[in-house]
Parts: sequence; C-alpha cells; structure tokens
Amino acid sequence: MVTTLLDARRARRIAEQVPDPELPMLTLADLGVLREVSMDPDGTVVASLTPTYSGCPAMAEMRAGVAARLKDAGYPRVEIRTVLDPPWTSDWITPEGRRKLAEHGIAPPGAAPARAAGPVPLVLSPIRRSVTCPRCGSADTEETSRFAATSCKALWRCLACREPFEYVKEI
Amino acid sequence: MSDDHVYMTLAEGHEDDTRWAYGTGFEDPLQGVDTDVPDGVDAQELAALCVTLADDALVSAQRLAEWTTRAPELEEEVALANIGLDLLGQARLLYSRAGQVDGTGRGEDAYAYFRDAGEFRNVRLAELPNGDFAFSIVRLLVFSSWRLAHFERLAAHRDPVLAAIAAKGVKELAYHRQYAAEWAVRLGDGTEESHRRTRRALEQVAPYLGELFTAYDVRDEVVAVLSQVTEAAGLPMPVYRPLPGSGRAGEHTEHLAPLLAELQGVARAHPEATW
Repeated sequence: MVTTLLDARRARRIAEQVPDPELPMLTLADLGVLREVSMDPDGTVVASLTPTYSGCPAMAEMRAGVAARLKDAGYPRVEIRTVLDPPWTSDWITPEGRRKLAEHGIAPPGAAPARAAGPVPLVLSPIRRSVTCPRCGSADTEETSRFAATSCKALWRCLACREPFEYVKEI
Repeated sequence: MSDDHVYMTLAEGHEDDTRWAYGTGFEDPLQGVDTDVPDGVDAQELAALCVTLADDALVSAQRLAEWTTRAPELEEEVALANIGLDLLGQARLLYSRAGQVDGTGRGEDAYAYFRDAGEFRNVRLAELPNGDFAFSIVRLLVFSSWRLAHFERLAAHRDPVLAAIAAKGVKELAYHRQYAAEWAVRLGDGTEESHRRTRRALEQVAPYLGELFTAYDVRDEVVAVLSQVTEAAGLPMPVYRPLPGSGRAGEHTEHLAPLLAELQGVARAHPEATW
C-alpha cells in the first residue's frame, strides 16, 4: 500500500512535468489541464486531462505526451481520461505558470469573468482590461486582435515600448 | 534524436504511434469519459440531438474556414479561423457522443464524411455561402447568439456528457458573439457603404430566422441580443419572414451539397487513409 502511494506520487510528478505542446514553457500542471493522477490497485496509472478549448488541436498531443512519459518512466499500464466537467478556466493556471508566461513575453490572464445565473449578458461598451506589458511593465497597452495563433490567446501591443505581445485570454 | 527530416523530428518519441503532429488518426475526443446514458434519457433522441448540434457546428466551421486567405485583414482571418476551430471541436465531441449512444458505435468521421446532404440536419442559415464580410458577420452574430442561448439551457441536460460539452461551449460562444456583435456595430455605424451592406445582410438572414426558433425556447433571448446590437449599430431589426422547409428535416438549399463535396472529397477518395 505504501509502495502504491509512493508510486502514485512519483507518477503524478512525472505527468506534471510534461510540457504543453503549444506553450512549451508551461507544464500541463502549470496550465491546469492535468486534473488528477492516481493509481489503480493493479498498477494502472490513471491520468485525467481537461481540454482548454473544445477545438484545441493540442489535446491529442497532450494525451500522447503524458502516456509516453509515464511509459518511459516504467509504468506500462497508463489510462488517460478526459474530464469535461467542470470546464477548464484560465484561473487554473498556477502562479508558477503565470510567472513563466510573463517571463516568456506572454501576458498572463486576469481573473475569469464571474458567471451570474441567467443569460450571458452582451456588453457593447468597451471593456477596460488592465493588461500589463510583459516586457516593460507598462499598463499603457491596447488590444489589437481578440484572437491569436492559438485559441487561448489574444494579441496586444504596448504603447510605451511599442512591442506587440500575446495575452492569455481569461475564460 | 534526429533532425534529418522535419517530419522525423515531429514524430520523435512516437515510434509506435501512427499519428504525428496534427494529422488524422487521432483517438476518440471523448476518450476516457464515462459513456453511460442515464436512466430516463432516450438514447436515440439524445443521439439525434447531438447530431443536429454537431451538423450546425461542422457546416459553420467549414464556411468560416473558407475565409482563410480571403478575409479583409489578417486579424479577422485569424479570428474567423479560431471561431471555426472552436465549432469544429464542439462538432467532434458531439458526433462522438452520438456514436456512443445511438448503438452504432460510429466514430466522428462516419458522421462528418460519410453522410450525404439529405442526411445533414443543420439549419440552412449555417450553409448559406459566405457572401461579403458583412453577411458573414451578421450570420455569425445570429448563429452564435442562438447557439449560446441553446447551450446555456443544454448545460442542464440530463445527459452529463452533453451537459458538459454545452457548458464548455457557452464560454466559447459568448466570445464568438462578442466578436460578431462588435463588428456588426462597427459596420452598421461605419461608412455609408458598410451600413448599406450590413443592412442588406440582415435582410438576407431574415428568412432563415424562423427555422432557428421552432424547436427550442430561445427566441426571446436571441431577439433581445439582435435588438441590442441593431439599435447600437443604427440598423433596422430584420423582418421575420418564414421560409418553407427545414434543414432539421434534411431539406437544404442548393449550397450544402457543394460544401460537403469539398469537405468530404479526400476522405471519400481514400476512406481508409490516415496521415
């Protein structure tokens, strides 16, 4: 039993270190998509992943990455489960993940919008977000595009240092 | 480790895997999800609902993808492609769910690639050609508002898998609607030309609104959003004119078959291929 617990903990540490295929400076644990790692009595490692966006093309790569790392580390039986509920939120990006994003020139997300009961309201007046430039730290920034190279990011630019940068959207 | 060939680098570490990078041959997108159908849920009805929702998303995703290399600005191209990608992801999850519960065990590809136009259940609004940017924006505004209202309700569905797919989709659709609404206001309240084209686009979608509101109680919410946007844009509300027929019954415009021919051509020419 003790061995199993230690083994499960080791398996979790290994799975946690798998890099995200599209944001390779982050591990799957940093991104908050690795929800759980446990070990069945028969020694099967069960890792649960949650997709960031429904269409995230990196999901298959994440599953394959976790399975491959665990197999390489001596766990022959690996099962990857997909967890859809509760849906991923950018709030699950860890403080360490946020630090790494900023270090790599990507502005981390703010707090995800709170969902009240009832229909999602449509707000047409400009929404003020305070996004800090990850390069120079200025708050004088503006959005240039709501969408970017991956589903989870938007494009911004800094009006102080003039550098464009990516910003992880809060959802 | 080898950098002899770019494909080798991509395939590194996956020697026993037929898939490399982002090709086909992926496993089920619902892999490892508890697939039981709860008591009291009619499996065939659930499957049919999942297919209609998936068809709406797949056909819309294909139209949005057609904007790639044709959008007015790179940023808009990226936006439309990303929205299409979200919808494609929703379609994949929904087709997979349908295949699990309808007893056939079909995978997502069977639904997407190996059904003909008459078997598709998408609303006709989704299959209309892209037209100009104004039409695509107005169509996206209507479609995302309607799908969002519907998904908000489906998040409480008794099937936990469909409920989870819907809850996830709500966040994505709210973002799509925001994008479309801001553009609709910008175009309606923009130049004489952009106003004229957006107004025309509203007239063009009007006949297809009736079909959206027949089966589901989401009309008030969608109409409220359209009123809010048209008012801010200085545009008239589209006049509701019902059109006979229904995409939900497999009755489509002449535009669906060519869309599917392009979407399905490769898969049908090489039905066993993975790459």
